Amino acid sequence: MKKVVVGAKKKANNNKTTAKKPTAKKIVKKLWELRLYVTGQTAKSVLAFNNLKVICETHLKGEYSIEVIDLLRQPQLAKGDQIIATPTLVKKLPTPVKRIIGDLTNTERVLVGLNLRPLR
Amino acid sequence: MLKKKNKAAVSKQGIKKLAIPKVPTGIEGLDHILSGGLPKGRPTLVCGGAGCGKTLLAMEFLVRGARDYDEPGVFFSFEESEAELILNFAPLNYALTELIKEDNLRIDCIRVERSEIEETGEYDLEGLFVRLEQAIDEIGAKRVVLDTIEALFSGLKDQSVLRSELRRLFRWLKVKGVTAIITGEKGDGTFTRQGLEEYVSDCVIFLDNRVTQEISTRRVRIIKYRGSVHGTDEYPFLIDSTGFSVIPVSALTLGHSASRERISSGVADLDVMLDHKGYFKGSTILISGLAGTGKTSLSASFAEAACKRGDKTLYFCFEESQDQLFRNMESIGINLSKWEKKGMLKVVATRPSFYGIEMHLLQMSKAIEIFHPNCIVVDPISNMASVGKFNEIRAMMMRLIDILKSKEITAVFTSLNTAHQGREESDGGIASLIDTWISVREIANGDEQNRALCILKSRGMPHSNKIREFVMTKEGLKLIDRYSGTAGILTGAARRADSAARASGQAKGGHQ
Repeated sequence: MKKVVVGAKKKANNNKTTAKKPTAKKIVKKLWELRLYVTGQTAKSVLAFNNLKVICETHLKGEYSIEVIDLLRQPQLAKGDQIIATPTLVKKLPTPVKRIIGDLTNTERVLVGLNLRPLR
Repeated sequence: MLKKKNKAAVSKQGIKKLAIPKVPTGIEGLDHILSGGLPKGRPTLVCGGAGCGKTLLAMEFLVRGARDYDEPGVFFSFEESEAELILNFAPLNYALTELIKEDNLRIDCIRVERSEIEETGEYDLEGLFVRLEQAIDEIGAKRVVLDTIEALFSGLKDQSVLRSELRRLFRWLKVKGVTAIITGEKGDGTFTRQGLEEYVSDCVIFLDNRVTQEISTRRVRIIKYRGSVHGTDEYPFLIDSTGFSVIPVSALTLGHSASRERISSGVADLDVMLDHKGYFKGSTILISGLAGTGKTSLSASFAEAACKRGDKTLYFCFEESQDQLFRNMESIGINLSKWEKKGMLKVVATRPSFYGIEMHLLQMSKAIEIFHPNCIVVDPISNMASVGKFNEIRAMMMRLIDILKSKEITAVFTSLNTAHQGREESDGGIASLIDTWISVREIANGDEQNRALCILKSRGMPHSNKIREFVMTKEGLKLIDRYSGTAGILTGAARRADSAARASGQAKGGHQ
């Protein structure tokens, strides 16, 4: 199952296995469509998710949606987005598509990957 | 437990036998030099420069596995897409689309695009493992190809992660029990650019494509094979419409039997010189001589006699077209087209420069395989010099002769000499492999050139040591008895004049 997390609510942080209901109060422009591919609940997966939440809340508040895909449960989805490394964050929108791999601890690089920072 | 197994093996066969299990590739010749095939359940590295046939070898391994050994396979391509691969292999009759439809083959393209990737911390290649596992389990694959995993190195920056993950990947493949081919591009001084040989070290196959004298020859070598004996030489291999094939010279042994049966040379007078019986069946005959000395005529006579006898004959022609050969031979009363129509004779006419030397050998051995001839003619072998080095031609001829001997095919080769060549150079270096060697030459006498023939050697039979005059008539070839006149051996007009003079002298003498 795909788990959709909409970043308007702060609550969704550590328990990512249960589906989060979209609870946005106002109509949000979901400009940023993000997918996080993980393989099971490893330390790296959890860290990546938490890092992502923080970055999104800081820079994209109310403008993003995160979909977490566990490849151990849905291995067939690895092909579509050409996933080889995990965790991988795929920025589907806005284009161009970007694959941001790793546990997202290097915030600077994540922002570059999300086109929120110009490449130096 | 292992010990128990060993004991059982000992008691069963009397000798201890522990061999690593192998998976036949199904590729002609390759299994022979691998003494059975690739190591079962282990990865094998296939490396070589660009365009040497790595992908083709890998694909053929899968296709043959799916088709002939009931082992489905997955092809993971890091370079080309599925559609591209299908199109690229279209000329090879692999029927990839059918195999894919039957779930016997899967092509999975794994794309790694550096420009789309941003590295932000710790990661592993679990995603890749998931993909591999998914594809392997989907069709129950026994064979896997990764072509070429080195693409990961250009896509991902963190080399230390990549290397440790690759090590894990190859271990994982072993645990999974699939027989895998990993391809890798040849590096500078290493077998692969990224040193894959460090990880995949059970079996390493090296492919090479060398160009000498503007003609390329492909070669394959088994660099290592843990736990198995293997051929260590460089073996030429070919890629043609049926795929990959290797012709190992060592695959042939000197174990052939020798027939005592004799067959006609096609020239009655020559049979007389050869102990009144002709050539040995299954022997190899070389006819060498300068241009225009009658080599083709002698071989055509042999071919016609063989057809008459009911022996199928294959005629490899490197100088003339089939029609040209037929027309020319009609002038000496040899009708080859009749036998061709009856299916007794087959002419294969190609230019030597059309292929490399190895391709020639393969084409010839394939033609032999299809036509099943009793006799063959190769006219001439000396033309091969334009496409190969002396020792390559020699190696090729040796292999051809071994193939022919093992099938008990009588072979006539012709060799064109040039005037300045000595006897040793005129044979393509195969004099020692030849059973019967006939030399045809020109004798200048007065204002004429006449032909003469002698037998330089003929193994296993008492043969004439005389030089005989050799004439072409409308009824075929004839050898004139040695004619010793007052001034040595006389030929042509001088012989006729002398014999006429003698006859008249005798007549006169008789009258007196």
